[in-house]
Amino acid sequence: MGEFKVHRVRFFDYMPTAIRAMAFNAHTERLALGRMDGSVEIFNFADHYFQEKVIPGKDSRSIEALCWVGGRLFSAGLNGEITEYDLENLRPKYSLEAYGGPIWTITSNSQGAHLAIGCEDGTVKLFEVLEESIQFERNLDRQKGRIISLSWHPSGTQIAAGMMDMIRVFDVPTGRAVQRLLVDRGFGGSKSRETVVWSVVFLSDCTIISGDSAGKVQVWDGHTGTLVKTHLVTKWDVLALSVSKDESSVVVGTSEGTVIQFQFIAPTLQQQQDKEWVRTRTFKNHTHDVRALAEIETAIVSGGMDTQLVVRPLLEKFDERSHASALRKIQFPHRNLVFCAKKAGLLLFQFPGQLELWRLGESDGHGKPGDSLPLKRKPEKLLHLKRKGEDHICCSALSSCGGWLAYSTMSSVRLYRLQTDNNDISITKVPKLPKILRSAHQLCFSSDSSKLFAASSQSSVLVIALSQSECKYVHTLKPKSGSRQPIHLMTNSVDGKWLATANSDCEIHVYNVQKLKLHCIVPVYGSCPSAMGIHPTTNNLTMVHADQQIFEYSIVEKQYTDWSRKLQKQGLHNLWLDRDTPVTHVTFNPKNPEQILLHDMHMFCIIDQSLPLPDQKTQFYNQMTLRSLSEQERPSHLHAFKICKTFQDLLSVSLLDDQSLVMVERPLLAITSQLPAPVRQKKFAT
Amino acid sequence: MATLCEGFTLCGLVQTQNASDSPIQGIELDEDSDHAVVTDSTRSVTLYKVSDQKPLGSWTVKQGQLLTCPAVFNFQTKEYVVVSDNKVIRVWKDEDLNLDKAFKATVTADVWRVHSAPGGEPVVLFQRGAVRFLDSLLSAPQQPIEDVLSEEEVIRWSASIVAEEQHFVLFTTEQNGECCLYVQRLNPNTLQKYRLEREDSGASPLSFSASLRDKHLNLLYLYPNGCVYQSVVAARGYVGLEGVQDLPRSLRLRLPVGEGELGAASAVALDEAHVAVVGVPHPSARTGKDFLCIWNTNFQTLQAGILRNWSFVWCYLGKLFVPHGKALSIIPYECQKSSLASALGKLRHTGIAVSKSSVAVPSWNTLLHGDQPQGPTKIVETRKSVRNVKLGVNCVQPQPHQTGPVDEVQREVEVLVSRGDAQDLQLSVGQLACHLVARSQAETAFYTPVALAQLVQTQFLCHSVCPGLLLLSLEHKDYFLCQLCLQLFPDIPEVVTCACLKTFISNEVLQTPYSDNFLLPHLKDLDTQQVILFLQYLQFVYLKYSQDVYTQTAGLRSPTMTQIIDWVCLLLDAHFTVLVMAPDAKGLLSNLQSFVKSQVKLFSELGKIESSLQELHKMKLSKDISQYSIEVIELF
Repeated sequence: MGEFKVHRVRFFDYMPTAIRAMAFNAHTERLALGRMDGSVEIFNFADHYFQEKVIPGKDSRSIEALCWVGGRLFSAGLNGEITEYDLENLRPKYSLEAYGGPIWTITSNSQGAHLAIGCEDGTVKLFEVLEESIQFERNLDRQKGRIISLSWHPSGTQIAAGMMDMIRVFDVPTGRAVQRLLVDRGFGGSKSRETVVWSVVFLSDCTIISGDSAGKVQVWDGHTGTLVKTHLVTKWDVLALSVSKDESSVVVGTSEGTVIQFQFIAPTLQQQQDKEWVRTRTFKNHTHDVRALAEIETAIVSGGMDTQLVVRPLLEKFDERSHASALRKIQFPHRNLVFCAKKAGLLLFQFPGQLELWRLGESDGHGKPGDSLPLKRKPEKLLHLKRKGEDHICCSALSSCGGWLAYSTMSSVRLYRLQTDNNDISITKVPKLPKILRSAHQLCFSSDSSKLFAASSQSSVLVIALSQSECKYVHTLKPKSGSRQPIHLMTNSVDGKWLATANSDCEIHVYNVQKLKLHCIVPVYGSCPSAMGIHPTTNNLTMVHADQQIFEYSIVEKQYTDWSRKLQKQGLHNLWLDRDTPVTHVTFNPKNPEQILLHDMHMFCIIDQSLPLPDQKTQFYNQMTLRSLSEQERPSHLHAFKICKTFQDLLSVSLLDDQSLVMVERPLLAITSQLPAPVRQKKFAT
Repeated sequence: MATLCEGFTLCGLVQTQNASDSPIQGIELDEDSDHAVVTDSTRSVTLYKVSDQKPLGSWTVKQGQLLTCPAVFNFQTKEYVVVSDNKVIRVWKDEDLNLDKAFKATVTADVWRVHSAPGGEPVVLFQRGAVRFLDSLLSAPQQPIEDVLSEEEVIRWSASIVAEEQHFVLFTTEQNGECCLYVQRLNPNTLQKYRLEREDSGASPLSFSASLRDKHLNLLYLYPNGCVYQSVVAARGYVGLEGVQDLPRSLRLRLPVGEGELGAASAVALDEAHVAVVGVPHPSARTGKDFLCIWNTNFQTLQAGILRNWSFVWCYLGKLFVPHGKALSIIPYECQKSSLASALGKLRHTGIAVSKSSVAVPSWNTLLHGDQPQGPTKIVETRKSVRNVKLGVNCVQPQPHQTGPVDEVQREVEVLVSRGDAQDLQLSVGQLACHLVARSQAETAFYTPVALAQLVQTQFLCHSVCPGLLLLSLEHKDYFLCQLCLQLFPDIPEVVTCACLKTFISNEVLQTPYSDNFLLPHLKDLDTQQVILFLQYLQFVYLKYSQDVYTQTAGLRSPTMTQIIDWVCLLLDAHFTVLVMAPDAKGLLSNLQSFVKSQVKLFSELGKIESSLQELHKMKLSKDISQYSIEVIELF
């Protein structure tokens, strides 16, 4: 296959923010995840945990809690506002001031008719859920001290509220507090500190389970208001609680990073009737606070300060080992944050608050495989562009010539003209953008930099013509399907003729940009595309889906290519299908049209379409074997998938026009080292 | 090792008129492993919860009716099945209170037993040898039942085994003193008949026990003369064979029976190596036959025994059910896999083991039961032949060692040792050594230290070949020979080791193989002064070696630290109470104690830094990967 020069880039200081809240919608199998920076991510658990939507954050927004009502998503935060999200346009639909000071929690009743929020001023406020909005209904009896956590009784007639040093039970119809459960403080020095009831759950048999800052999980009888059982689970805080749908299991998250499961079971085999809450399992998949938890049908989902989302399957729910029964950690976003100007050798890094433009270094001379080459010129940060306004950057783009740069927030799109003159760089904001270009889900430049494509609402694409003097709206490309979902992938062909878009409905549209009309719709496949690219010479569209399937579709012939059919017929190798991170980038080698370049977080792969496909018996990861074979023996062992795992924690792989690869790594260790110190735990020999 | 745990009483029993008859017909399990279905010899079936020792239910047939086979549990329908008055099959459920109202069916022939096992359908075995599935029998109770057995043939015992979709009914019959085993395979039905080898006395077996192991049916049976035989029938194959086969047997165990023959006794196989036996006297307590013993058939060792009055035994799921007197007892047991190593005790340290492969250990039994010669002996065919060969050698060579003077014997030995053929030499060396020892013992003036040393150095000798040699050398205070023996014999009994200890202390003693359990009683024979001296010596050796652990050279024969510590522990175990009282041991003990203290401290400190050291170990010398580099990779 050959040698490649690789720019191994580790200077992208990408830093995900901590997970603050999550809510799982069992009906749609979507997990909503709220982060500290106010962004919301939607994961499709029915489609290989694919991160299908990201609603960018905003400086003033904070999310303390998330809550689904049917298919509608609400959040509340310390800014005192309740926000409903528009999941089609990936923005808040509206925000409502609750006039109760900071809001600590929001929860809906099981009927989905009311929302209850817990406020700093000691009130529990009820909101009625209307068709298009929500409306304040009334306050429950106001308490002294903030309301930290809330849980509705499944009947909807009572609410348990976790407060400082106590839990209150309210009767919803009258608004009266009917029970007061006093929560003990911690021992020793923490005796003087108030106990915060971080989380409560109210079960249908009127059992209340609470987790507090003294490290206790307590089981209460809600009828009598008496304490049934105390489990001291940590020296620090119990932060989150989640109950399974059948109420037979509760998981708690602690500051130590552990998730502890309690199950409602009979402690002895003899007395099957006398069930009680028994601590059963402890999972340690986090290094820091577990702030958000959800127990779903077959797994425990947890997230917290260490920024990763962990799906820990409950193995007793599985009959056999499969990709669903494997522990999954989602550390990186399932979309691109790095853009590469292939001609100019520039890299653009997208942060929520700024963009960074870097020029790659240069080396001279050649080396053997495995060598590091001496650097002639170091990489250089050319530009640090801070965004304007409160809204975080949701997408950006760099033209392949390196002359144009664009980014969009929820409220505006900005376009810049870049001029590099040897070592000087000048940046000019393009002043008057067409009014129609308000915001974009995705941006991309045509390869000759004459057009800018902006993905807009309802899967439409705005075409903007760029020239030195002006920038002009040309046309809006609209899908025929009438889908209201946002576009999450967009790519165009090198010859400037084709543009392909993919939306969260798994639809892929191909437009003829010259004729400005829809060319075709790729047959819809059941899993969301996670990456796609158009081949520079054949104009075949290669798509990789969240379930790891690969398709190649001839745009010209409007049908799947023979290679794609062959691949589907033979099936992908199980080791390929078993990978647990999606492919996030597809690119091609113009010098060698048979090569498709892909990568996910843990590997980089070149598919050589001229070689035989591996069957299940073939050694799939065979690079080491091939290396050890002689030239003569090698050809008989070759297969199409050439996988390199030398580079880890990959955020981006691209191929420059000079045939050198750019690998952008972000070592997880580097992310971990930037996290605040975890709670101190005594270990041996420390 | 097998151990019997403390037993408990499940229920009381009604004594039958005939004491040798069991008051219980049978004990069966149902789906709960903690339940036992007990059928008494007359009219009632009782379901017990074993761990609570309480009855859960009891069913009785009417006065005048009689249960004629033990009740069993049908694992498929969750019903109980019993036969009354030979022909009436009754089926009832847990919740039924009255047996008379339960389902009944009368069949046309007398039933011998109903057998049921988890995973299989219950089968009915008729007294004339026919076999039917319970289901099909109940669907047509009046169906004709054929006779399989001849007129005077009667069933003595039966069992059913279910394994891997194969279902067997085994039963043994007796006719004019001839015993036969019938193996009835079900689905497809085939019947195979085997004739059991006749015992010389003409007696028939007292008890049978069947088990399935490695796709073979193992039948274990006990004769009144104490012989326990095992016969193996392949679970697959042989299907096509017609007629009566002779069933080969192998002797597993010869139990000591004392005077006379066994009356009522029973043996049950617990696993491949262990057999539980009741009604057989304990070998060391010769009075009475009232023991429950577990024997290890591999090593012919008695591993556990309890004195009670009983003669029947059932075995289910790690528990023995034994009726005795007026109660039914349950005795949990444990059988651990025995390994040769554990039987041999502490082996020679491998680090200093010289090549021992040429040392022949022809007699296992002397090695294992050197101090209990009355114990059962396993008949090993090969040994007989060895003995015969030995005799042959002896006949051919009329030797001067019988009568000649010392120097003549010396010459003979030299000639013998210089001969090359190892196989022959091994036999003749042993023979010669025995003769020399015997002669030395008889004639006090005769002792040939050099010749004996040469014989020992051939490495063809071991203690069990010539047991008197080491003691003889001790007698003559020939410490060189003693050392040599200790060095080269792999099988010195603990009692001899201790005898050596009493006379002299050496490195060599510490290195002899031993087994804690056997050594301890003999160690107790040492007197206090000897113990103190020995301990002082051990302490000296230990300190010496702990100072220069690394200077220990491989060639030098010195005990390892572990061996020294083991001996210290054993000595203290054996004599601690005495040592505590002895004033002159005080200093030594406190020295040892402070030494142990410092060691414990050292180890706890080491434990503390262990994880740090491990981390250091784990730390790879990772390349310092900078923020940016340009590298060359090659893909194939």
